Amino acid sequence: MSTTRRNSRSLRPVAGLLAAGLLLGTVAACGDDDTAQGATNGSVEGVDDGTTLTLWTRAPMEKQATLLVDAYNATHENQVKLTITPNDDYVAKVGAAAGSDSLPDLFAADIVYVPSWTSQGLYTDISDRIEALPFADDIAQGHVEAGTYDGDEYILPFVLDLSVMFYNKDLYREAGLDPEAGPTTLEEYAEQAKAIQALDKDGVSGTFFGGNCGGCTLFTWFPSVWAGGEEVMNAEGTESLLDGPVAQDVYAVYKDLVDSGTAGPGTKDETGATWTGPFQEGKIGVMAYPATLLSTAAETVDVGVVPIPGPDGGESTFVGGDGIGISKDAKNADAAWNFMSWLMSEDAQVEVLAKNNDVVSRTDLANNEYAAKDPRLVTINEVAGKGKTPVSVNFQEAFNASDSPWLTLVRDAVFGDGTNVESDNAEITAVLDQ
Amino acid sequence: MTTQTAPPAGAVPPPGAPPSDVPARARPRRRSPLRGRSALGWAYAMPTAVFVGLFFVVPVALVFQMSASDWPLLAGNRGVNLPENFVDVLDNKYFVPSIVFTLKYTVITTVLLLGLGLGLAMLVQESSRWKGFLRTAILVPSALGLASASLLFYALYSPQSGPISPLLGRGDDPVSFLGSPTAALWSTVFLVVWRYAGFYMLLLLVGLQGIPGDVYEAARMDGAKPWQVFSRITMPLLRPSLAMCTILCVTGSILAFDQFYILTKGGPDNSTITVVQLIYTMAFGGQNDLGRAAALSIIVLGALIFINAGQLLGMRKTDEK
Repeated sequence: MSTTRRNSRSLRPVAGLLAAGLLLGTVAACGDDDTAQGATNGSVEGVDDGTTLTLWTRAPMEKQATLLVDAYNATHENQVKLTITPNDDYVAKVGAAAGSDSLPDLFAADIVYVPSWTSQGLYTDISDRIEALPFADDIAQGHVEAGTYDGDEYILPFVLDLSVMFYNKDLYREAGLDPEAGPTTLEEYAEQAKAIQALDKDGVSGTFFGGNCGGCTLFTWFPSVWAGGEEVMNAEGTESLLDGPVAQDVYAVYKDLVDSGTAGPGTKDETGATWTGPFQEGKIGVMAYPATLLSTAAETVDVGVVPIPGPDGGESTFVGGDGIGISKDAKNADAAWNFMSWLMSEDAQVEVLAKNNDVVSRTDLANNEYAAKDPRLVTINEVAGKGKTPVSVNFQEAFNASDSPWLTLVRDAVFGDGTNVESDNAEITAVLDQ
Repeated sequence: MTTQTAPPAGAVPPPGAPPSDVPARARPRRRSPLRGRSALGWAYAMPTAVFVGLFFVVPVALVFQMSASDWPLLAGNRGVNLPENFVDVLDNKYFVPSIVFTLKYTVITTVLLLGLGLGLAMLVQESSRWKGFLRTAILVPSALGLASASLLFYALYSPQSGPISPLLGRGDDPVSFLGSPTAALWSTVFLVVWRYAGFYMLLLLVGLQGIPGDVYEAARMDGAKPWQVFSRITMPLLRPSLAMCTILCVTGSILAFDQFYILTKGGPDNSTITVVQLIYTMAFGGQNDLGRAAALSIIVLGALIFINAGQLLGMRKTDEK
């Protein structure tokens, strides 16, 4: 009897190895299957047959993503499983998954990274599907253009995030400013911020910005450059134009706010993790802010909204946020498209996004019933049409990275003596043009 | 070979005999007792060997392959790129500053942690009344993960919402813990000392308690002064523990990442970039180049092996003396 025991014992590792081999075999087989799919073209609305879809996005879009996914799951056979990743870890997570061919069916990307990601083939070409949509021409063009590579379209807007000026109406009343009239030029912005600062209230500052955060400053300062009639990059995204006279004026306004002590404590150190916090706590008079946070900020503060002005007037915005596409590894592209086409529908845009004070991604739906009720949303929806989305393959390294040359420029120009703008700008071009 | 070791046909039990384990056991023993034993040894070692192979050897081999390849994060392996990855790393404008900063940080933390660890260990060994309370109080921060501790200090240091800044400064002129390169370095050092002092105290306490009491007794009977006891008895007998702590502390500090990633992100003005942070930035922070990041990892690995080998060698030499 003991012989059999011996045998079974010695066989166990072999069985384990066999099982491991089988597992590896199935994994490899799955990998092979992926390449074969994605070519078939379903109907305009895709397939709703009870498929389980996976969707990834980053934490700043959590509110909108959760609302959208819940609404979709409640009305469809397909079920979307949402995974939310902290902002700073998202690129690493997507990169690791792309390398091992394990991307989810659908994933969103910060729109400024989209040109790089589409050029590396992370998304499936959906040009034909987009063209088949009856309202294709009304979809936010900034996002669609950022998601176009070599003439093929890969991306639809997931959540639009615009930068606008938020101001605290209660503090404006206290300072004797008109609570219904925010700044229309950067000069007025500085004057009003200084008036709030002059209240000398404990813990309250005139303004605030992420002074150690490349992403925050580009999001809030580029619009002022555009509003003043300049560009931030050439059309190809290979040359930085951030040393022009308008850009220099913008830096000068912010430098003055820092030097005069109008910018709140911690402005210089703010790495972006908490740059929207102080305004929500009612501690800031007026600052450029993400429009997606309107409903959140409005819970604690009486918020006024105006477009971001240029140094001498004009208005513009950074059309940021996330684009979404079907990944190269999607197992069921037709079902994934069903979510994307629903996302563009009136049900999703008006009854989910607009209803929750968010910006719609279709210009033909900008004047919806919910927006009409809140003049702030009208302001945001109107300025969306005047905004831009900068496109460059090396955008992240040049602007968003913690050691980016853009951040060096910002810090030299605003916290330094401001004499290095030309050479710092040349450094940005060197990264863009590699 | 087989004919020599194979049992003669006669050794096989007759067909009618009941099957028992005796011949089965006897057969390999007669063939080659040593080989059977070593096979058993291999079998015992196999699980560990598989784990080491799967989770250590294979990843290191992969890093070596990456360092020799053109390997963008999002696009995967694109073929050999051998000298270029290393040349690019050496040309990176933060390569030398990050090494200088990492070494500076390593020296500061090692000196502070070991000095403080030893002092605390002697304190909690000597004092009797508050011993239990002190040991616990000093050790508790070690129970916190480094990332959690960093987040805690990020909030404490925050000029906007932190409680310390308003206490130390006036409203208009708050104390900035992370605002200047020097302040950021020392704020981070403070966090690390707070987090790890108890850990090194514990290691050195074990070493201290390993020194036999009669040695101290003999010294006292010979009329040695406290300083003499410390320098002639405690320090020499504590050397193995101190050496181990130095190796742990130096290695840990050279690989510093979490605390700087969370507290400073390498700022202000790129003044606190450690080598590992540079690896992370190359891989995920814009350049998205795994090949370059792997090349730098290999350089760091080589440097660490060199430093640790030097430390172990130095230890052995003093032991021989």
